[in-house]
Amino acid sequence: MYADFDLVIPETLDEALEALAGAVGGGNGGTQPLAGGTNMIVDLRARRVAPSRLVGLGRLDGLRGIRIADGRVRMGARTTMSDILRHPDLAGHAPSLVDQARVFGGQMVRNAATVAGNICSGSPAADAVPALLALDAEVTLASPSGTRVVPLSEFFLGYKRDARAPGELMTEIAWDIPPAHSSNRFYKLALRKGDAITVVGVAVALAAEDGKCGTARIALGAVAPIVKRATAAEAMLCGQALTPELIDAAARQAVDDVDPIDDIRASAEYRRHCVHALTRRLVTQAWERLT
Amino acid sequence: MAETKTIALTINGRDRKVAAPANATLLETLRELGYFEVKSGCEKGDCGACAVLVDGEAIDSCLALTWTVAGRAVTTVAGLSLGGAKHPLIEAFEKSGAVQCGYCTPGLIVAAQSMLKDTPEPDDDDIRLGLSGNLCRCTGYTKVFDAVRDAAAVLRGAESQA
Ligand SMILES: Cc1cc2nc3c(=O)[nH]c(=O)nc-3n(C[C@H](O)[C@H](O)[C@H](O)COP(=O)(O)OP(=O)(O)OC[C@H]3O[C@@H](n4cnc5c(N)ncnc54)[C@H](O)[C@@H]3O)c2cc1C
Ligand code: FES
Ligand code: FES
Repeated sequence: MYADFDLVIPETLDEALEALAGAVGGGNGGTQPLAGGTNMIVDLRARRVAPSRLVGLGRLDGLRGIRIADGRVRMGARTTMSDILRHPDLAGHAPSLVDQARVFGGQMVRNAATVAGNICSGSPAADAVPALLALDAEVTLASPSGTRVVPLSEFFLGYKRDARAPGELMTEIAWDIPPAHSSNRFYKLALRKGDAITVVGVAVALAAEDGKCGTARIALGAVAPIVKRATAAEAMLCGQALTPELIDAAARQAVDDVDPIDDIRASAEYRRHCVHALTRRLVTQAWERLT
Repeated sequence: MAETKTIALTINGRDRKVAAPANATLLETLRELGYFEVKSGCEKGDCGACAVLVDGEAIDSCLALTWTVAGRAVTTVAGLSLGGAKHPLIEAFEKSGAVQCGYCTPGLIVAAQSMLKDTPEPDDDDIRLGLSGNLCRCTGYTKVFDAVRDAAAVLRGAESQA
């Protein structure tokens, strides 16, 4: 490859954090982590990034895998989309996350693409993000001076801008197992069913309490500079027994929460239409499972 | 200039020491070493022509840096048949007429092998998802699906006899 950079492949997390601590400025140059490479190598080739040094995470086995204990799901940063598909228990309580992994890229991309790489790519079309936002996930960021936990809902600051300080590494993504009377769903609308970039992605998670909707989280992908929650629409559903009229009104409200663009895949108008239709459909499906 | 380093890995069952610069992709390195069955198509993860197995899992070799596979076992389509008999997938692709120009075939067979490891009894949706990262401009995929179904049955038979 024409691009010129140094590559270090640390054996331990501490070594990786030290190697990244030298990262100045972040952005498109400097030192950057390399996970599955499915964004990084493509971006290098297209000259969208020009790091002087890459820190390969491939030998940090402790960062890969899914542990479920004490009511919490903890997913290592290097867990791949295929790891999500192979996990025996995840489909039971996080079908939204498993469904996005099924329609994520092609097989070779799913085998390489990591969850943290997806989140840190900063793409508004990153498919794991709506499901993780609707599950109310938190991410752990590490540096030589320690670790901190940031709610994913506060991680994205703007288009390709996030809460990571230069050199900070994402080590874990975690969330509480959803309560018994709850349901979560994801739908990816794209031009093809396989290996296609999302036109609109919608994830919904509902929990029922005494016949009413206790919590509602709706996350929308590819319709704003970042993947975002439709908080005004969520508020309309909370504390209510959901009727078709209310669900439709909330789905219309979700359209006001987004700011889509025209691009080669779809017009902004079509995306708005699909936010309404898909939000209504997924909330209806999730609610039907609870009643 | 990117630094060059010698790494140890296994390619098609053979231990090898390979000198490669930091910025070499596995695709570039394999073709330099003469593994021409690994094809270069798009070099951005779209076509799957460059697919190889790394520790049994298919990846696009155009998206992997060579140094990152140090210590791992890389298998190309030519490495599947090791130990004499032709691999059932290769046999089935030939018999079903799933090969026309053949440019996509090494990647398709590698992807199919990786998919069948997780899903030995695939339905058409499983095959579609397993092969959705491979483009074929000739066959229209119908005969590719036939071949994968046939090979899966043969592999299951071999498994139950073992
Ligand atoms: C053909 C193709 C199809 C694709 N299809 C899809 C799709 O359907 N849906 C989708 O959402 N995406 C898709 N992608 C994009 C890409 O595969 C995903 O975003 C993937 O999850 C990136 O993960 P990675 O491990 O490959 O990241 P890398 O490319 O290694 O890294 C991506 C970015 O994240 C940073 N990073 C990685 N790990 C960490 C960490 N632990 N801490 C901090 N920063 C980190 C890197 O520095 C880099 O900036 C596709 C890509 C290709 C080439
Ligand atoms: S050459 Fe690697 S996917 Fe096309
Ligand atoms: S046989 Fe020609 S591209 Fe598939």
